[in-house]
Amino acid sequence: MVLSEFTFVGILVIVASLLPIAGLGFASLVRPKKPNPVKQSTYECGIEAIGDAWVQFRAQYYIYALVFVIFDIEAVFLLPWAVAYNQLPLYALLEAVLFILILVLALAYVWRKGALRWS
Amino acid sequence: MDTIVLWLTNLIPQMSEPVARLVVHLVYAGVLSFVAPVVVVVAFTYMERKVIARIQDRVGPNRAGPLGVLQGLADAVKMLTKEDITPQNADRPVYNLAPGIAVIGVILIYAVLPFAPGVVGADLNVGVLYIVAVGGIGTMAVLMAGWSSDNKYSMLSAFRVVAQMISYEIPVIIALLMVVLVAGSMQMGEIIAAQDVPFLFTLPLAFFIFFVATIAEIGRSPFDLLEAESEIVAGFHVEYSGMKFAFFFIGEYMHLFVGAGLVTTLFLGGWRGPLLGNVVSDASLFGMLLGFVYFLIKTVFVIFLMIWVRGTLPRFRIDHLLDFGWKFLVPVGLFGLMAVALILKLPFLSSSGLQWVGLLVANVAVIVISLALVSMAARRSRSVALRGVAGADR
Repeated sequence: MVLSEFTFVGILVIVASLLPIAGLGFASLVRPKKPNPVKQSTYECGIEAIGDAWVQFRAQYYIYALVFVIFDIEAVFLLPWAVAYNQLPLYALLEAVLFILILVLALAYVWRKGALRWS
Repeated sequence: MDTIVLWLTNLIPQMSEPVARLVVHLVYAGVLSFVAPVVVVVAFTYMERKVIARIQDRVGPNRAGPLGVLQGLADAVKMLTKEDITPQNADRPVYNLAPGIAVIGVILIYAVLPFAPGVVGADLNVGVLYIVAVGGIGTMAVLMAGWSSDNKYSMLSAFRVVAQMISYEIPVIIALLMVVLVAGSMQMGEIIAAQDVPFLFTLPLAFFIFFVATIAEIGRSPFDLLEAESEIVAGFHVEYSGMKFAFFFIGEYMHLFVGAGLVTTLFLGGWRGPLLGNVVSDASLFGMLLGFVYFLIKTVFVIFLMIWVRGTLPRFRIDHLLDFGWKFLVPVGLFGLMAVALILKLPFLSSSGLQWVGLLVANVAVIVISLALVSMAARRSRSVALRGVAGADR
């Protein structure tokens, strides 16, 4: 059996998921359990909650998420470049600077458009 | 790891090498997921409460045990024996899964954190990328908790957190890119090996960005909008009590330690220190211990800095927080990245000593220019605002 580097990550996933199971299991043995409707009602500010919290939410979070996706993809492109940078010829610098400048332009565009304004 | 495996195979000759490796991995995983949470939470909640108390001119915990050192254990017992209240309307499967995922997501980051020479779960060749990837799990847990509680405060908190976490993940990635660029590897071990001069001194800009963004990723004050008590009660965990709340708490402190550990590893030279490597061999048991002590000293110092920041700065407003991320850290980071790339390719800076000086100069230049630009913009907007007030008076 070959134990590669990632085997440990796999082992850790399994062992780590035992922690919440063990913790919650042990707690369920020792803790009291006396539920009643008042206790189980939604805790907001002392007044009875009106309606669900599961409503449609403002779209402005979604625009941040979209901009995030652009920059996350940047990470995917730039990390391999950064690793190999020492072995690359000078033109790698030009390529990367062009790429980053395009990103800066995109950021400036989003900024000008007001997508980064919280209102 | 290899040293320990070798030691174990010498100790029990019947044991074959893969079996010994498996045993070592299992034990190490057990230590990370059962011993580390207890030690980290008890030690650092105590430290945090004492330091914050000093900053606020109080005494801090002093009842449970001498100087209050047993406070953490008392809290643990309380959490264990507390009733677990689940709100009637909660989405139960999601509600119950969230605390577990929060804590597992954090423990997984520990897999690539080198504690001492050779003591690292898995020195992955994509270590840095792994940290970013696994770090995203915590965000999901918070969103799950906030959504499933069916509480408007939790919901608000969950959405704020997602906006905050994704905004500050970009600066983290950019700071990591600078480190990877100079080290030429994403592997934690090689990043430490590349730090003959700690990156704190050659890449101060990357250090600053990473430090700030790490505080934001952990969700600590001044970036603790996710649990702003005065605005949204306790944020995403309002509806959690007892052990389930405790797991969010454990997750937060585990994240604090691993965040500080990453700052140490990436910018302060990790376990490296005087005597280690030339006088004391870092493959020996004593070398490991010494390395661990160095690592711990640096990490505790970084945690102290984070507590200090918490005790000193007021909480950000959500729009200021997002502006600081997107309109300051990201552009400054991108220009810093270009400057670092340029310095590394300059032909007359071919010796490593000159290169370090060049990197330092470039970083400081980017910091100075960006601060000058920001203060100029601030002055302009202030004078515009003042003119507006004056106009309204007339």
